[in-house]
Amino acid sequence: MRLVLPNPGLEDRIFSHEDLERMEKEEAEDRPKWDNKAQYILTCVGFCIGIGNVWRFPYLCQSHGGGAFLIPYLILLVLEGMPLLLLEFAIGQRLRKGSVGVWRAINPYLTGVGIASMLVSLLIGLYYNTLIAWILWYFFNSFQDPLPWAQCPLNENRTEFVSECQRSTTVDYYFYRVTLNSSPSIAESGGLQWQIVLCLLAAWTVICICYIRGISTSGKAVYVTAILPYIVLAIFLIRGLTLKGSLTGLKYLFTPDVDELMNPQTWLDAGAQVFYAFSIAWGGLISFSSYNPVHNNCMQDAVILSIITGLTSIYAATVTYTIIGFRATQKYENCISENIMTLLNAFNLPEDSITTSNYDTALNHLNSSSPDIILGLDFKTCDMQKLLSEGVEGTGLAFIVFTEAIINMPGSPVWSVLFFIMLLCLGISTLFGNIEGVVVPLRDLNVLPKKWPQEALTGVTCAVAFVITLLFAQHSGIYWVTLFDNFAGSVPLLTIGLFEMIAVAYIYGIDRFNEDIKFMIGHKPSIFWQISWTFISPVIILVILVFYVVTQAQKELTYLVWDPDSDKFPSLASVPYPSWINAVIFLLAGVPSLTVPLYALWRLVIVTCKKKKKKSEKIIQLS
Amino acid sequence: MLDKILFLLCLASALADERCMPDTPHGFQVRLSIKTALGDEAYVWNENEMFLFRASLAFAMRNHMNGQQFEVSNIIVCNETMRVSFWFIVTSPLDTSQLIDQENVEAAIRQSRNRINSAFLLTDKTLEFVDILPTLATLYTHPTPPWLIVFGVVMGAVGAGIIIMLVSSVVQKKRKTNGKPQDKDDDEETRVKTVENGDAHDGVHNMSFSEDERFTKM
Repeated sequence: MRLVLPNPGLEDRIFSHEDLERMEKEEAEDRPKWDNKAQYILTCVGFCIGIGNVWRFPYLCQSHGGGAFLIPYLILLVLEGMPLLLLEFAIGQRLRKGSVGVWRAINPYLTGVGIASMLVSLLIGLYYNTLIAWILWYFFNSFQDPLPWAQCPLNENRTEFVSECQRSTTVDYYFYRVTLNSSPSIAESGGLQWQIVLCLLAAWTVICICYIRGISTSGKAVYVTAILPYIVLAIFLIRGLTLKGSLTGLKYLFTPDVDELMNPQTWLDAGAQVFYAFSIAWGGLISFSSYNPVHNNCMQDAVILSIITGLTSIYAATVTYTIIGFRATQKYENCISENIMTLLNAFNLPEDSITTSNYDTALNHLNSSSPDIILGLDFKTCDMQKLLSEGVEGTGLAFIVFTEAIINMPGSPVWSVLFFIMLLCLGISTLFGNIEGVVVPLRDLNVLPKKWPQEALTGVTCAVAFVITLLFAQHSGIYWVTLFDNFAGSVPLLTIGLFEMIAVAYIYGIDRFNEDIKFMIGHKPSIFWQISWTFISPVIILVILVFYVVTQAQKELTYLVWDPDSDKFPSLASVPYPSWINAVIFLLAGVPSLTVPLYALWRLVIVTCKKKKKKSEKIIQLS
Repeated sequence: MLDKILFLLCLASALADERCMPDTPHGFQVRLSIKTALGDEAYVWNENEMFLFRASLAFAMRNHMNGQQFEVSNIIVCNETMRVSFWFIVTSPLDTSQLIDQENVEAAIRQSRNRINSAFLLTDKTLEFVDILPTLATLYTHPTPPWLIVFGVVMGAVGAGIIIMLVSSVVQKKRKTNGKPQDKDDDEETRVKTVENGDAHDGVHNMSFSEDERFTKM
């Protein structure tokens, strides 16, 4: 009835429904199993809710029209996120294999999809764990009062602070100089920053122990890592709402600007955010679902997970912006006080004569009476909007904006510890899915021997990954992390997602898929799901992919550097990438995306060679 | 309050030393921000406070230049404003026509800055000597960095956990492999016994078969 590409031999490669029933009854499967449903849901929630929910979504929300951004976000959550989620859950549960096994079972030529998922998971896992290492560093340093990023170090004569710190802020200096010791460009790698190496070691060891026996250990760890962030967010929400200026932040976040809905970039960003938020195409979700009992209601799981992800994003954005509003208000008030002091000192007026309320009138009065003195004074521009919008994305949010806000809160070490533990839990729970998406395919592809126990697999993967991530411990490490973030996690995921939908809808066959779901949960998926799988979601992903590639190709490749010698200091300077970066970008983005067609081609070549050999052998036999 | 200040100004101008003026090369400007520092508990700036200031400056000069007996009269103040800022110069106690040079005054103030500040319940920022940079307090350096301690704790716990996990899985495996041969040994014994019994009753028995079994159980 529907368009299905010919796929001979499919029945031989997958378990039939009767086999599945028998395996379920006899418990004859040798795959690991979830202890209970709660573990599975918590693992998936932890995987989907990551650091991006705290530091990417609030920024997108605020920059694309505040409350109005929720409209495209929620629409695309339902049209794009949920169908893809159910697709991965159902196919994993039905075919009962990891990501490589599933695509190999559907058609051996499609194994490239699984390999691409593994490569992408590996690349993302490498830089993601570096972020965890940085968070660990801040966490280790939070157990002291005053916090080390509250003060600048002094110079030799003890008359002033170190010049780099004086010109920027204490938190900037602490992040870029003390923690990372960043070099001014990606080409200058400097040496290894040994404290980051130690933190990387700690990060990989923690992952190793949590995943050491596969899901039987990580399934227990998620009870903490998936639930603790919610508790900490609640504590921060209560604390944040009692701080001065929090409501300013919330107003800024949620004030809707309906014109932004006309901007196509808003919809693109919403679509991309939904796609990455759900950790689709990483391969981890397929693996996790394959450990479920056959008749688990995966449709319910997909809907529940979508709702939880949407609500958590909004929840985290609210908490984040109360703190951002507080910080902006503090800085604004300090700025105004400084300007008032400048005026008072210049005109020798008594202290209380100018306050924040009559500042403007006083300034105008003095400007009209003695404009020449006013001109000679050095006033700072105090822009509340600018303060609310600066540095509120990515690492800047966690390590600069939030740390600055925390030092102004009473009892800073406690808040710092809580904040960084929350980020740690968010990151580690995402990494479980990541490492699952790397270790299981490596075993299925026989890169790691199947006989090895799970402990050895995890240990070897973590050790090799640790050595590779030493790249990010160099002085230029932050630029490499940004490079990986921009290129390894964007185009390849979209292409893999697209291939997955096409594979299931048109090669596996949407009718067969419907029958499978009917077998597993008792009823066929409704017309909404079927239209999404066959038409709506692939089109959305294709549009996002095309637009993304086109905009990237048109932009000049630049990146932001911390360079004390540049004119723009303390702002980050925008510098073009060196030319050899193009090769690296091709490796990061191109190789995983091209793996799918390349593998299919390679397999075609091998199969035709074998056929030719057999033919020639037969001819020899006959003659 | 206003008339007090006016009176002070007149007094100051009466005692005026023409050498004390704004931007004098021999003195410094002082700025006090009492309300910023103390808020509601701010005291009013009056001639008594000024007397205390001159006295503490004389104290600072005595500390720095040993032997010279500076008096309150050696500190000359002028150009007081409502901001509470003024200029001062220091004359030598031996010869009032001579002024102490700026470097000595600056060094004296630097040395006793803390004492002057605490006399007025102010800080380096709120009792400002314009153009004299305060010596900043060094940050407290811990003997062992605290982060290393936390790192050690975390790594120790995780390392111990890994070792426990590995050891327990090895022990489990050993138990499994020890369990199997023991069962088979029992089976073997009973079988041999029955064979032997059978042997007594049945006649020829293929001993080599049971022999093989015993040996293959390696």
